[in-house]
Amino acid sequence: MRILLDIVTVVAVSAGAVFFLAGTVGLLRFPDSLSRLHALTKADNLGLGLVVLGLLPQADGVLAALKLVAVWLLAQLAGATVTQLVARAARRGGQRA
Amino acid sequence: MTAAFVLDAGLALLVVAVAVWTIAAGSAFAAVVGFVTFGLLLALAWVRLAAVDVALTEAAVGSGITGALLITAAARLRPTEQRSAAERPAVPMRVAAGVLAVAVFAGLAALVLFPADPAPTLASQAAVHLPELGVGNAVTAVLIAYRALDTLLEKVVLLLALIGVWSLAPDRFWGGAPGLRPSASLGGELTLLGRLLPPVGIVVGIYILWVGAIAPGGAFQGGAILAAMWLLVMIAGLQAVPETGQRWVRMVLVAGPAVFLAVGFAGFALPDGFLSYPAQFAKPLIIVIEVVLTLSIAAILGLLVAGPPERERQR
Repeated sequence: MRILLDIVTVVAVSAGAVFFLAGTVGLLRFPDSLSRLHALTKADNLGLGLVVLGLLPQADGVLAALKLVAVWLLAQLAGATVTQLVARAARRGGQRA
Repeated sequence: MTAAFVLDAGLALLVVAVAVWTIAAGSAFAAVVGFVTFGLLLALAWVRLAAVDVALTEAAVGSGITGALLITAAARLRPTEQRSAAERPAVPMRVAAGVLAVAVFAGLAALVLFPADPAPTLASQAAVHLPELGVGNAVTAVLIAYRALDTLLEKVVLLLALIGVWSLAPDRFWGGAPGLRPSASLGGELTLLGRLLPPVGIVVGIYILWVGAIAPGGAFQGGAILAAMWLLVMIAGLQAVPETGQRWVRMVLVAGPAVFLAVGFAGFALPDGFLSYPAQFAKPLIIVIEVVLTLSIAAILGLLVAGPPERERQR
């Protein structure tokens, strides 16, 4: 059972890391602000979500697991809001490379 | 050992790299972004050093509130930025700065390379008296009991800093509302965040204050989170920015240091000197001081970021 949970952790956290890597590459390589933001949200939502999912089996107790989920939800909320704000500012300020 | 070592070495290198990038950044805004990133990485480094109290403070105050302060400062300085970027300090100034920087570096390097053996520590003495204070976290005990005078003076310095910021306002605006304005152009997302986040943030802030007695946390970290929630609500336009001359504002600002001072002077009459707590009331007194301090810190930090008064006082 233990080993099964460890495998889940390794797989999910690795997948999360891949999304972070892809998001970072997109942030560095994409041509304009809006598509860079698009790349970044993948790291925020899926990347962090998979990392949290992978860490859940390692949490000691329900409370710690709930804290991990809360971290993900709060990062989602903040990330979504800030992305909208930055996108609005980028559209108004003209697209700078 | 190896995985942890690779992680720590990578983190240390990253901290140094971000520091260099921040210094070399082309614009003030970019430098502030670098500074905030630097603070968050530094917080991670403190966690790796098992100094979670310091990490929380670094993230909340060093990176968060200071970052917000610097962002507003960078925005104000934008019109003059090109002119000041063209200026170069004189050669003696640059030499002095270089020599000082090298001296600090050499001192720190000497401390790390040739540590005293055994390392000087007061940790055991700090831990011995924890039961008498009714506090389980040694850091909180140091801040609020053993070195209470430092903490008290720190709060007074915060107040003085706020008065310094207010003093930048022209005379006719004294006592008026700060320059922070709800930005109507920011749209509905911020309103949504301003409604969803503060209930969570206020609970987290109070939790961090409360848990400071037995685990990492305390008045400064909790106060910084409360200040952030207050600022968010004000920027989203859900709550008016208060006038700095209003009596309740001034009362909240001085309440923390005043209660701290009052308890300090009571120490002369009851136990045996300034800022000493009577043994049977130590825990309740510490809680009262911490709660009031947290409110004052939140108000001071929030108003520091809100900036100097920019509107005339409405009577």
